[in-house]
Amino acid sequence: MDAITQIKDWINLVSRPEIFLGAATLLFVLILVFYKQLTHPAAAIVVLLASVGGYAASMLDKNFRAIVGKPDNVPITMLLFMTGFFLWLALRQAAVNDTRMERGEPLLEGKPDDKVLVWPDLVYIEFMIACVCTIVLIVWAIAFAAPLEEPANPSIIPNPSKAPWYFLGLQEMLVYFDPWLAGVVYPSLIILGLCAIPYIDVNPKGNGYYTLKERRFAIFTWLFGFLILWVVLIVIGTFFRGPNWNFFGPYEAWDPNKAVAMVNVNLSELFWAIWLHKPMPDNPLLRELPGIVVFLGYLMLIPPLALVVRPVRRLYEKMGFIRYSLMMVLALFMALMVIKPVLRWTVDLKYIISFPEYFFNI
Amino acid sequence: MGKLGSYIRNSQVWKSIFRHGVPRDRRTRVMAIMSNVFLHLHPVTIRKSGVRLSYTWCMGGLTFFLFLAETITGILLMFYYRPTPEYAFPDIIALRSVITLGLLREIHRWGAHAMIIAIWLHMMRVFLTGSYKPPREFNWVVGVILLVLVMLLSFTGYLLPWDQLAIWAITVGSNMARATPFAGHEGPGSSLLTLGGQPLVHAGSDAKFMLLGGPLVDENALLRFYVLHCVFIPFVVVILISVHFWRVRKDGGISGPL
Repeated sequence: MDAITQIKDWINLVSRPEIFLGAATLLFVLILVFYKQLTHPAAAIVVLLASVGGYAASMLDKNFRAIVGKPDNVPITMLLFMTGFFLWLALRQAAVNDTRMERGEPLLEGKPDDKVLVWPDLVYIEFMIACVCTIVLIVWAIAFAAPLEEPANPSIIPNPSKAPWYFLGLQEMLVYFDPWLAGVVYPSLIILGLCAIPYIDVNPKGNGYYTLKERRFAIFTWLFGFLILWVVLIVIGTFFRGPNWNFFGPYEAWDPNKAVAMVNVNLSELFWAIWLHKPMPDNPLLRELPGIVVFLGYLMLIPPLALVVRPVRRLYEKMGFIRYSLMMVLALFMALMVIKPVLRWTVDLKYIISFPEYFFNI
Repeated sequence: MGKLGSYIRNSQVWKSIFRHGVPRDRRTRVMAIMSNVFLHLHPVTIRKSGVRLSYTWCMGGLTFFLFLAETITGILLMFYYRPTPEYAFPDIIALRSVITLGLLREIHRWGAHAMIIAIWLHMMRVFLTGSYKPPREFNWVVGVILLVLVMLLSFTGYLLPWDQLAIWAITVGSNMARATPFAGHEGPGSSLLTLGGQPLVHAGSDAKFMLLGGPLVDENALLRFYVLHCVFIPFVVVILISVHFWRVRKDGGISGPL
C-alpha cells in the first residue's frame, strides 16, 4: 500500500461519527479558548491554505469527488468555507475589541454619533453586493446544471433516501432518536429555543459589537448548537452516510452490501436482564420504570442541583425562576443530543424509555 | 453631450419623476433617500459601523436580494411549469432543452441554496454582535420565523421537478409528520385518541395526510406544495419582511455600541 492510500484509510477511520464529532467539538473548544492567538491573520491564512489544499487534493479521489461534487452538495462546501471565514471574521473582531476594552480604548464599531449619509455610502455598497451576487449566481448556473434524476417513480426507492441537505442534521439525528423526537420535537424546540434567546439572555453587555469575553456562555452555547449540532451533523449526514444510512469514510466507495452489527439494547434490558439477572417484567410501566426515573431525574433534578455551583446561583438570581427553568430545560434537551449518541457509542444504548406499543421511545 | 444631459434633466418629464437635483450635496442626498419609495426603506443617515462590511457581512441584505431574484425567476418559471404528475417532469426537461438561455431553473435553484446559507450567516452575525438584545428582542423572533419560512420555501420547491430526487426527499421529510405526537398515526399518544372505539388518527387523517393531501407523495401533494411554494409562503414572507424591516428602523436602526 502506498502512502496516499494509507493516509486515506486513516482519514476514513477517523471520520467515524464518534471520532469526527469528538474532534470537531475539541477543535471548537480550543478555538473559543485561544481565540486571540488563533484568529491572528497569519494563523488564519495557514488554516485557509491547508483546508483549500486538502479539499483540492481530496477532489482527486473519485469517491470523494462523487459525493462532494454532486451539484446539490456544492452549497455545503460553500457553507463550510463561508462559515469558517465568518467565524474567523467575528472572533477576530471580538479579540480586537476585547483587547481594546482591557486597555480602555474605543471599540471597532465606534460611537453612536458616528454617522454617514445613506446616499451614497450604504446605497453604493448594496448596489455593488447585488452586482457581485448576480454575477456569482449566473456563473454558478452556467457551471452546474440543476440536478434532475429519473422521473418520479413511487415503486423504486433510492438507497439512501435523503432529505434536502439543510435538513440532513436532523436526518442524522434519526440514528439516535425516533422520528417524533428528531423530526418533530427537536425542530420545534430549536425554533422555540431560538425565539426565546433574547428573553433568556439577561446579560446587558455585548449589545451591538463583537466580543467574546463579555458573553462567553451565550456565544459558546449558540455556536456549539450551530457549528457542531447543525453544520457538522449536515456534513456527516450528507458526506458520510451511504446505503442503509451506514457510515462510509470520505474516500470509501458506497457498498450497499456493507454489513454492520446491530447490537443495541434498551435501558430496561440493561437494567433488568443484564444488571439484575431477572426476567423482564410483564407490566410495561414497571419494565420502563428505571428509564422513566433516569429521564425525569435528568430534567427535574439537575436544574435545582446545579444551583449549588456559585456562578449558576448568581445567574439564577439575575434571571429569576421562569427564565432559569426555561433555559435549563432547553439546555438539557440540547445536551441530550450529545449524551444519547455518546451512550450509543459506549454502551450500545438504544432507548432510555421504550413503549413500542405507543410509539413512545426516548 | 453635456448640453443634452442638462436638457434632459431640466425637462418636465425628468423633473416630474425626480423631484431633486443630482445628489451631490447633503440636501439633495437626503432628498434622494426621502423622495423614493424604495430607497426610503433606509434612514437618511446611518451609523458608521452599519456600513462596514466586516460588521454587517451584508447577509441580511443579500438574503433580501436573493428573495427578489427568486421571486423574479420564480414568476418566469411559472409561465412554463404545470404542477401535475403528467406534465411537471417534461416541463422541467423543456426548461433546459427548449427555452432560449435555459438558465432560469439553475439560477432559481442555486439562488435558493445561497439564500439558506445567507440567512443562516445573517443569524450568526446578529447573534455574535448581540443585536437581539433589547430593544430588538421581538425583531429577532420575527427573524427566526423568517428563517424557518425560507427553509420551508426551499423544501416545498424541492418537490416541483417531480423526479426521483424530489419525491423521495419530500417523502423522507414528510414522513416525520406521521410521527407527530397525538397528530400523526405513528406518533406517541395517537392510539389513545379514539371515537366510539375507532381510531381518530389514522393514515387517512393525520398530520402527514394534511401536509400532503393524501397518504403518499402524489398529485395532491404536488399541487399543495406548488401553492405553498408559489403563493402561500411567499405571501407570509412578504408580510414578515415588512415587519422585520420596519422594526429595524423603529428599534433604532442597525445595531451598534450603545
